[in-house]
Amino acid sequence: MALRQCASYGKGGIGKSTTTQNLVAGLAELGKKVMIVGCDPKADSTRLILHAKAQNSIMEMAANAGSVEDLELEDVMKVGYRDIKCVESGGPEPGVGCAGRGVITAINFLEEEGAYEEDLDFVFYDVLGDVVCGGFAMPIRENKAQEIYIVCSGEMMAMYAANNIAKGIVKYANSGGVRLAGLICNSRNTAREDELIMELARQLGTTMIHFVPRDNVVQRAEIRRMTVIEYEPGAKQAQEYRDLANKIINNKNFVIPTPITMDELEELLMGFGIMEAEDESIVGKTAAEEQMAVAA
Amino acid sequence: MTALTKEETEALIAEVLEVYPEKAKKDRAKHLAVNDQSIEQSKKCITSNRKSLPGVMTIRGCAYAGSKGVVWGPIKDMIHISHGPVGCGQYSRAGRRNYYVGMTGVNTYGTMNFTSDFQEKDIVFGGDKKLAKLIGEIEGLFPLNKRISVQSECPIGLIGDDIEAVSKKAAAEFNKPVVPVRCEGFRGVSQSLGHHIANDAVRDWVFERNGKDVTTAFVPGPYDVSIIGDYNIGGDAWSSRILLEEMGLRVVAQWSGDGTLEEIELTPKVKLNLIHCYRSMNYIARHMEEKYAIPWLEYNFFGPTKIAESLRAIAAHFDDKIKAGAEAVIAKYQPMVDAVIAKYRARLEGKRVMLYVGGLRPRHVIGSYEDLGMEVVGTGYEFGHGDDYDRTVKEMGNATLLYDDVTGFEFEEFVKRVKPDLIGSGIKEKYIFQKMGVPFRQMHSWDYSGPYHGYDGFAIFARDMDMTINNPCWKKMEAPWLKKPEAVEELAKAA
Repeated sequence: MALRQCASYGKGGIGKSTTTQNLVAGLAELGKKVMIVGCDPKADSTRLILHAKAQNSIMEMAANAGSVEDLELEDVMKVGYRDIKCVESGGPEPGVGCAGRGVITAINFLEEEGAYEEDLDFVFYDVLGDVVCGGFAMPIRENKAQEIYIVCSGEMMAMYAANNIAKGIVKYANSGGVRLAGLICNSRNTAREDELIMELARQLGTTMIHFVPRDNVVQRAEIRRMTVIEYEPGAKQAQEYRDLANKIINNKNFVIPTPITMDELEELLMGFGIMEAEDESIVGKTAAEEQMAVAA
Repeated sequence: MTALTKEETEALIAEVLEVYPEKAKKDRAKHLAVNDQSIEQSKKCITSNRKSLPGVMTIRGCAYAGSKGVVWGPIKDMIHISHGPVGCGQYSRAGRRNYYVGMTGVNTYGTMNFTSDFQEKDIVFGGDKKLAKLIGEIEGLFPLNKRISVQSECPIGLIGDDIEAVSKKAAAEFNKPVVPVRCEGFRGVSQSLGHHIANDAVRDWVFERNGKDVTTAFVPGPYDVSIIGDYNIGGDAWSSRILLEEMGLRVVAQWSGDGTLEEIELTPKVKLNLIHCYRSMNYIARHMEEKYAIPWLEYNFFGPTKIAESLRAIAAHFDDKIKAGAEAVIAKYQPMVDAVIAKYRARLEGKRVMLYVGGLRPRHVIGSYEDLGMEVVGTGYEFGHGDDYDRTVKEMGNATLLYDDVTGFEFEEFVKRVKPDLIGSGIKEKYIFQKMGVPFRQMHSWDYSGPYHGYDGFAIFARDMDMTINNPCWKKMEAPWLKKPEAVEELAKAA
């Protein structure tokens, strides 16, 4: 089987890292050989696989050693649950330097060191919140991730971010062959969430590949720095992640997305009662002005 | 070939523009003009200080070049850190021939390169820690440095390195201000914005400290002047200041060729600021006028006509003693001027010159050519603004060519058609035109000669122009095997 390179994107705090690690554990359980590449200065994309607090990152080790050229692949790659290979690009503290450049450097390093030439079925890039600059678009450029999974929920900002990420994919789709592979709904228990995300997926030209319900077992596993699949293989939630893994293995629906306009998104949200219709008459009015109007 | 008429020059511009795509043609047309002395405001005929078009081979530099290379770099007892990757500092090191006296590496540092030498990790994790370390090392290794400036290269602006915070911290640690300069190369359209940023940094970090004017022990005198915008290329400032001193003035500051930090600091106490390169330092002169009520005067020390005019204009700001001094200086050098002109004018009379230089010389050197009987038939600025062209229109003859931010193609085509006897421009242009068989002088570096300022400089200028134009090599441009048969026979006979 040819190597499939996938990336998960989505609004910050949506549960990308947790979902990615759980579904990767599911893939590993099914006998797939997988590598996770964390593309986030926080370096928390592999902790559930490695049972570690935070893996030593490529950039951190490069800074200590002098430069990335001084590193070997085995220095930066750790092996965790069911032989899942783990690397973290790492990056600077908030507010200094250039995290985007860190991602670029780290991914180039992995390529040059032949990390992708090993016997692998899947690579998953776990990319921080938003595609804020060219560095965080690195995983979706040519010869990198071909399949993008957007993790989202039925909240307005999560859907807004999903639409923005779709725009980013369009930008690189024609030159690099990157495709949107589906939305993963990580449920927040909002009303009619599954229908809403299915409708958003439809409008973006893709599908909701799986609806992951909310379950406290995820948190219980997480405080033990484990995936649900490892912590409690018999749990109902473990089966959800296995289903997601299976659907990804069989997924053939790779599209150039059709991002929607802000108006269309608002219409969709209003249709599901998540957003009220805007009252243009109150825009720019202070509280004092409103009181005056009521009094008059 | 006789001079082109207005119509011919217009036709030449139209012909040169013809090869461009529509959008580029429209843009470049605004930067090319036929000079008309009757025009009051140059903006009516020529546009300048605009972004260069991609692909045209502009000759311009960047903001870092304007700050580190031009304004700050020559201040000799300071250490200027090129903050960022190694190339900007290394390839600009000692390139501008800003002469200075001092013991390099001990109390002066002009030709040395100090850089934070950015590596990948410095981009990713920020270069502030390395900068702090570098400042500490400099203080240890070069304790006689008067001050350190941090000259930002492009990546500093991209990754948002907080050089101001590092500078403040280092200043407190070493009890010596550190000057952060935000002259990232990508800012602005040319080196011109770098000059402005550098001027502002002098205002904010040298004239003032913690929001208060810096006090110096300097005792001002009635005849104190500064030389501003002379970078002492090949010793230009030296051959200028002797004239001012001989007329009775006291030159207390040179900005910034062979200049020191102390001179910069005391300048707010002078009686008159004398500006040579208006483009790169008018900002600080205007600031001193507004804040300290110091008048400023543009002067021109290229060629005896302009020197005499300038000396009298400068003297007009002072008393009769100085006025008499100016006349005495002019009279003293007159025999020397006469001798230079007697020797060279006959050899250079009627020769036609095309110039393309930076921000001052495209107009300032015209007088020195005219003193030798030569004519400037085309000129233009790399990074001049409207006020520079305003001043140029009066200096150039009617129907001559003006070209702003000229492109490689335009310059070559103009030369092919105008057929000047001499071109004065920079190192990047030199070999193209020499290979075309046109005599060429570098007018940034004086072709490693100089000085050209002042009366002494005029003698060197005249000699250099003569030896370039009348060099026998230009008669040997034709290969022997391409010569007419008679010539070959003669050659054989001679052998």
